Amino acid sequence: MFTAAKGRLAWSAVAVGAVVALAGCASGDPLDEGTSTDEEGAAAPLVVSSQAYYSNEIIAEIYSQALEAGGYEVDRQFQIGQREVYLPELEAGNIDVFPEYIGSLLQALDPEAAGGTADEVFADLQEALSEGLTALEPADASDQNSWTVTQEFADKYDLTDVASLANVTEPLIVGGNSELATRPYGPDALKSQYGVPIAEVKSIEDSGGPLTVKALVDNDIQLANIYTADPNIKANSLVALDDPDGIFFPDNVVTVVSDKVDAGAQEILDEVNAALSADDLVSLNSESVNDQKSADVIAEAWLTEKGLI
Amino acid sequence: MNLIIDAIAWILDSAHYGGPNGIGARLFEHLWISVLSLLIAGAIAIPVGFFIGHTGKGKAAAVLVSGGVRALPTLGLISILGLSIGIGVQAPIIAFVVLAIPSMLAGAYAGFEAIDRRIVDSARSVGMTEWQIVGRVELPLGLPLLIGGIRSATLQVIATATLAAYISGGGLGSFIFLGLRTNDYTQMLAGSILVIALAIAFEGAFSVLQRLVVPAGVRAGQRTNVRSGSSRSVAAAE
Repeated sequence: MFTAAKGRLAWSAVAVGAVVALAGCASGDPLDEGTSTDEEGAAAPLVVSSQAYYSNEIIAEIYSQALEAGGYEVDRQFQIGQREVYLPELEAGNIDVFPEYIGSLLQALDPEAAGGTADEVFADLQEALSEGLTALEPADASDQNSWTVTQEFADKYDLTDVASLANVTEPLIVGGNSELATRPYGPDALKSQYGVPIAEVKSIEDSGGPLTVKALVDNDIQLANIYTADPNIKANSLVALDDPDGIFFPDNVVTVVSDKVDAGAQEILDEVNAALSADDLVSLNSESVNDQKSADVIAEAWLTEKGLI
Repeated sequence: MNLIIDAIAWILDSAHYGGPNGIGARLFEHLWISVLSLLIAGAIAIPVGFFIGHTGKGKAAAVLVSGGVRALPTLGLISILGLSIGIGVQAPIIAFVVLAIPSMLAGAYAGFEAIDRRIVDSARSVGMTEWQIVGRVELPLGLPLLIGGIRSATLQVIATATLAAYISGGGLGSFIFLGLRTNDYTQMLAGSILVIALAIAFEGAFSVLQRLVVPAGVRAGQRTNVRSGSSRSVAAAE
């Protein structure tokens, strides 16, 4: 009853299955990037990267345009991902300039790090960075992780800082990226250090973006991790709780550079960082979120205003 | 291959089963979101499809829906709906209903269209009312294509229901998102394998269902063309 067509079909199915099985027998790690083999001539462009975070991308674009104005060739590779993804790339030397935040980076490199003031954290960071990477002088601007609540919730339980969350009697629902569960300042820390009654952690994958803000405003979640430079905090009258105990390390913007970045380029970046104030960062973010401008337009406008290009 | 073995070991590890984030809870969430979306989509698409197939009216609109709406990106739809509805399962369910409707609509009206008009005419001439024709003649004859449409919609929804985790809707996508965010590729792959296994299980269930539900006479008509002697019934066979 096997017609010729069915016989051929059966054999080709066997052949395909055999190819798949043989391919599966390869024991290499498919996610292993392998070393990059490009020639490092003096004319190699500087690779500037950013996190998958619009605010970080704006800062990276500012760096890129400032470097280009200074005569350097820039290769932009933005929106790479979270720290777990780009940090190995940075340490392997595939990225030359990266805008980071002193506290979060320090905690990622050294989970046992003690916190402190911005200067202390910066000093620890410089020590923790691997060979071949340098951290330039941090900017005034900071984009802190924060635990944020609505104004009504803060008034209801008289919340001013993170410790006062212990006043909350009803079970809290916390919202944020799914990796919040693994972070040192995450819900586990809130429970163990402050005894905050957390009922549930809802994962909203937009890094404190509009979906998270809407959920907070709608009271689907009572506590959210929203970055302090987010213009939505003011727009929606949210309250970013103070953090006197420093569960969040200070998160000033800092540029991490590789060895390929020479003194001239470092000077350009230092100038940019010196000019970047906290209010500047919030208004840059606001232009992106509220005015929907693209990163390069915002960067150019800011650099021109500060007289850096 | 090592990653796949690690992922399977992750799935088999009993520590991953308990609790609200365990495999059991997420599997249940994934299932009920998918099934609910399919039921709602079926309730909307199948009657409309039957109407279009039986009366021949609205064919252009049906083709537009089953062709054009398929192009809507589900993640974009979830994000937009999430911005107005809020987080949770509501926005994903609406998006999955939109995803499932085209296949079911196409299956329903194509099933009816493939029926030989002479059969419908002879039913009419025998004195059956329109409803009787739909229920006793067209529905059994159109069942193979209808089930094919439901089957393809089910596969799409189960595969895409991973996106519910984007706005806290739960489901097996939580493993994929968490694994992706924390570079835990084992967990991510484990989530994917679970979704694939679920989809294959449903495919198997549907092929059994297809055998059981299609009436014996229709199945007989598909194999041997003695009675109707028309090429249209052969087309209805697949």
